[in-house]
Amino acid sequence: MGKTTAEKIFDAHLVNEPFPGTKVLRLDAVLCHEITTPIAIDDLIRRGKDRIFDTTKIKAVIDHVTPSKDTKTATQAKILRDWARRHDIKDFFDVGANGVCHALFPERGFIRPGYTVIMGDSHTCTHGAFGAFAAGVGTTDLEVGILKGVCAFRQPKTIKFNVNGTLPKGVYAKDVILHIIGKIGVNGATDRVMEFHGSTIDDMSMESRMTLCNMAIEAGGTSGICQPDMTTVEYLWPFIKDDFAGREAALADYSEWRADADAEYDQTIEIDVATLQPTVTFGYKPDQVKTVTEMAGAPLDQIYIGSCTNGRIEDLRIAAQILKGHKLAPNVRGILSPATPAIFKSAAKEGLIDIFMEAGFCVTNPTCGACLGMSNGVLANDEVCASTTNRNFMGRMGKGGMVHLMSPATAAASAIEGKIADPRKYL
Amino acid sequence: MKTFGGPVLFLDRSDINTDEIIPAKYLTEITKEDLKPYILEDLKLPGFDPKGEKTRNARVVVSRANFGCGSSREHAPWVFEVNGITAVIAESFARIFRQNMFNCGMAAIELPVADLDQIFAHSGEADAAMSIDIEAGVLTMSGGGKQKTFSFEISPFDKALVLAGGWVDFADQKY
Repeated sequence: MGKTTAEKIFDAHLVNEPFPGTKVLRLDAVLCHEITTPIAIDDLIRRGKDRIFDTTKIKAVIDHVTPSKDTKTATQAKILRDWARRHDIKDFFDVGANGVCHALFPERGFIRPGYTVIMGDSHTCTHGAFGAFAAGVGTTDLEVGILKGVCAFRQPKTIKFNVNGTLPKGVYAKDVILHIIGKIGVNGATDRVMEFHGSTIDDMSMESRMTLCNMAIEAGGTSGICQPDMTTVEYLWPFIKDDFAGREAALADYSEWRADADAEYDQTIEIDVATLQPTVTFGYKPDQVKTVTEMAGAPLDQIYIGSCTNGRIEDLRIAAQILKGHKLAPNVRGILSPATPAIFKSAAKEGLIDIFMEAGFCVTNPTCGACLGMSNGVLANDEVCASTTNRNFMGRMGKGGMVHLMSPATAAASAIEGKIADPRKYL
Repeated sequence: MKTFGGPVLFLDRSDINTDEIIPAKYLTEITKEDLKPYILEDLKLPGFDPKGEKTRNARVVVSRANFGCGSSREHAPWVFEVNGITAVIAESFARIFRQNMFNCGMAAIELPVADLDQIFAHSGEADAAMSIDIEAGVLTMSGGGKQKTFSFEISPFDKALVLAGGWVDFADQKY
């Protein structure tokens, strides 16, 4: 019998099976940020175990609230910074070099096909876009990962999504994943890996694949996983060119992580994207989705473009294409947060920042900030935000506030009209 | 080992998420104890008061499907722990929340809907209480002069974590 991608990764990283059904895996990357790591660091110090398993496999960034907004967030940043220096962590990203973890780490080439990746952050599933097994964990799992380089998992079952067809005008990876979450529900993939296949995925950029995998957790999924291919190799090429004789050799190597044709799946779900429409959430759960046609006209106070879901250069290009020559409607404010400094620089060079600013957007530094109601765009009670982020829980972006999740295109069209609007008429 | 049980807090809704358990704005606290006042602050349920006596006295939470969905924040189990709640009983859990509970040496126990319905039938009783025996895999629900025992299963690993008091010491000895 063949294996799924997750099964291959589990087999290749297995340390042992301490109890039936639980597998302890060796980790290739342990990613850290300043919200969930400081308590792990404090606990390690308290236990007299202030050590790390590897100075290169641990990566750290200050991203959730940066630059720090108050004494508490400054203290969290300081704990992470001091720890990274104390242990000579090679890849630590501080103010000026920092960006949203799930955009920054892939951009630096840290994630490779076949890797095991954990982070104290639920959207770690993003990194599965590279054909990795990447799972969000809590602080205790992170602490053990930092100390020992291992993590325990139940062997997850895998749901295969065959996503086929050409994306219609105005429909993007964000619409595909919102549609899938709407179809299977917020716990439709709990204890499951969501493995994405099909011509639509094959045609997607790495950025789009990251958007897709990013929201696997919103269906309860342990990791999203895409199949490594030449698109993966091209994205990673600047980082791997010395490791392989050529791109074909890299592809041959990475292809070993592709699922076998006779792999066994818990479930197979067919998605035909040809009939998909721009998709928007309407309630307080990510599976409460409607088409933009049904949602058009819904009132808004703020537009937010950014986050680990949709703050990458491709997203900024799409939004800017729609915004060009337009102004924000007078009843709304717009916030753009490019997800990393490199994205910010590219956007400036390409003239995208000008387009956003001429439309009336505020452009912030790269940070998670507003997505989780921490900083840089928190909502007031009863305010509504059109957002390219990933979670629409009640109060997520500020107590009493409401969030409609959507693609950057739909957010840009909504910015122009000051209410939820169909992006297709601007394309 | 810890003892599990005491007065029950009933939260009769599916998909109670981590932001409802502990809003993100409090994730800037550096100690677990500082989270204490903010337990379930953003949860809106009929008759539920996050600052009420029932919340304050609770030692066990009973809820429905997909409890703890959303964020990976271990602050969710911690805010329960510092408020004296060391077990959550639900139809199902989000993976990360469930593992976080066991990693802290606490219990996240799944029961079938039919059993949960019988337990929820006690929700109006002032003396509703539960005792949980992790090793035996049984819990006893009492209240209103009645008492009933239900059996449950947790994985051997999760049981070991509860008995060891969490994952850090266990992992440090073994790996």
